[in-house]
Amino acid sequence: MSAPAGITRVTLLKDLRLEWRSKDASNSMLFFSLLVVVVFSFSFDPSADESRQIAGGLIWVAFLFAAVVALNQTWAREIRNQVLDAYRVSPAPANSLFLAKAVGNFIFVSVLEALMTPLFIAFYRLRSIGPAWQLLVVAVLGTWALVVNGTFFAAMSLRTRSREIMLPLLLFPISLPAILAMVQATTAILNGEGARFWMTLLVTYDLVFTTVCLLLFETVLHAE
Amino acid sequence: MIETPPAHVVTVTNLIKQFGRFAALRGVSAEFLGGKLYAILGDNGAGKTTLLRTLAGLNRPSSGRISILGSGKFHDICGQVGYMAHPSLLYDEMSGMENLGYFARLYGITSDARCAEVIRAVGLDPELARPVGQYSQGMRQRMSLARALLNDPKILLLDEPFSNVDLNSAGEMVRLLARERDAGKTIFLVTHQASLLEGAADEFVWMEFGRIIGRTRELKRPAIAEESAT
Amino acid sequence: MKRLFPILGVVTAALLVYALYMALIGAPTEQTMGNVQRIFYYHVPSAWTAFVLFFVNFGASLVYLVKRKAAADMVALVSAEVGVVFCTVVLVTGPIWARPVWGIWWTWDMRLTSTLVLWLIYVSYLFLRRFSSSGETPTLAAALAVLGALCVPFVYFSIWFFRTQHPQPVMGGGGSIDPRMLHVLLINWLAFSCFAFLVCWSRYRLEKLQREVDQAHALESLMAPRGSVR
Repeated sequence: MSAPAGITRVTLLKDLRLEWRSKDASNSMLFFSLLVVVVFSFSFDPSADESRQIAGGLIWVAFLFAAVVALNQTWAREIRNQVLDAYRVSPAPANSLFLAKAVGNFIFVSVLEALMTPLFIAFYRLRSIGPAWQLLVVAVLGTWALVVNGTFFAAMSLRTRSREIMLPLLLFPISLPAILAMVQATTAILNGEGARFWMTLLVTYDLVFTTVCLLLFETVLHAE
Repeated sequence: MIETPPAHVVTVTNLIKQFGRFAALRGVSAEFLGGKLYAILGDNGAGKTTLLRTLAGLNRPSSGRISILGSGKFHDICGQVGYMAHPSLLYDEMSGMENLGYFARLYGITSDARCAEVIRAVGLDPELARPVGQYSQGMRQRMSLARALLNDPKILLLDEPFSNVDLNSAGEMVRLLARERDAGKTIFLVTHQASLLEGAADEFVWMEFGRIIGRTRELKRPAIAEESAT
Repeated sequence: MKRLFPILGVVTAALLVYALYMALIGAPTEQTMGNVQRIFYYHVPSAWTAFVLFFVNFGASLVYLVKRKAAADMVALVSAEVGVVFCTVVLVTGPIWARPVWGIWWTWDMRLTSTLVLWLIYVSYLFLRRFSSSGETPTLAAALAVLGALCVPFVYFSIWFFRTQHPQPVMGGGGSIDPRMLHVLLINWLAFSCFAFLVCWSRYRLEKLQREVDQAHALESLMAPRGSVR
């Protein structure tokens, strides 16, 4: 395995191990996700027919909230004890760190989504007219779009005052086209309509932003 | 046999570092020989930490030049530098071996034996499974030093390594550093506890208000406050 | 160069007066909407001007990332600020127009919606500039600007497709336009562009002065003898 890929793997494993060890943080995140679903269910109480129209939007907004809280946490661990300095001083490439963090975030947010989805299905009595596997594809593409930008902006926010509010401040505007695409695709599939355009948009968005974030991360990491 | 003069491993030329309106380094010029232990002393705000972090590539100088091991770009020689600061630069939830195992990989070192070796060198037990967050300050700083030594760097940059450390641990660390210096490493050590280094340091570098005001062999603050080159 | 400024000021003022006259009186009255439609001559050119300014911001940010020139950073800052102002004009004139014509305050019209997203992106850019510390602001902001600019095509495509699926009232510009109206539109755009350029230039000079003042302070701190100014 080439050196940068090895470093990505090792960093990812290290993060997963740390996440597993600090179960307090993970548990509170899981509980928070549950709370979000319940609050939404209390606030929007549609009939079974209506729910297919709005569920797409509701679910993704709920995922977005959970993702923001999760994203804020993962860099916090590098700031404690200034561990990030140790990484910066080493020959390890910045991109490996970014990829490891992004993939780690993706895994973590996916776990939260996997917890929230059955609850949404139950509370809203959701049944998809379109094929469920397509929903999974949208979930993966959409989550990656949020996570790749989220990881990048979370790293940027490390250097700012009001770190925790800066992340959503920077993430939401740029994610709007992707959010529109995720929601529209989900709604279309739930209602048995085609989502080809939105899926293509998401794939393109993911490719473009992953590339650019990878290109720019080194600059951001060493900016001071 | 013609003796070649000892090489300067670190050269800084008119280094200036500004943070907004505040100038932390106000024109530092010096040359440092290899295989020596330099203690950098001065009051708070003198620029000691800024100098060290700039040497470690963590700060970009506002102007001036740095040359480390013949290279102007930190990225080229970063594998030969070790850095340690007052925060531990370690993950609190992992044990010493786990921490070092990770950082070793960043330097391309895959053998656990090396990690165990440096842990023993600082007087700690590699088998200790306790997470680093539960160490005493002295143990934590020693583990942090072990991390800095992992890649057997030619240059060590240590920022207040003895802060809040018990005298015993501090003494151990000084002895270890002296041994490393004897083995050929160049060590830059910022500290407030200069007395710990009496007898071990080759030179004391005195800083004040962002400049080097003098360099002495003994622990005696220079009486005249003027810049001196090598 | 400095003499050009007042000359340009006079020319711009003249253009603006002429454009205002043409918009309010000179241009033919629109068939269906009547005089309310005249706000179109503010709404559309503001959008175009904002778009050009954001493009300048993108270019300047790229130049900064490659060359690290302070001038590029200042151009980026200035174009973003003025661009946000013009965006705000679009977002304010939109509802003012929509209300009497369609009885609604807002419509997910393509131009209005994309302008809203653009406004959000560049306001977040300005927040980043304000909340980050001065050393790294230019770099971080430039990175954000590049990401924001790359987002723009996605904004347009997604909203365009959304609109074809969920048709919305279209605010002017749909279909062909009377050549006399086009003429007035272009005059207004020219006037707005000159005005934008003038404001950007002023702001640039202001920013440059501010930075020079900061530099002077820093220099003072740099040159001060030991023990004095801090």
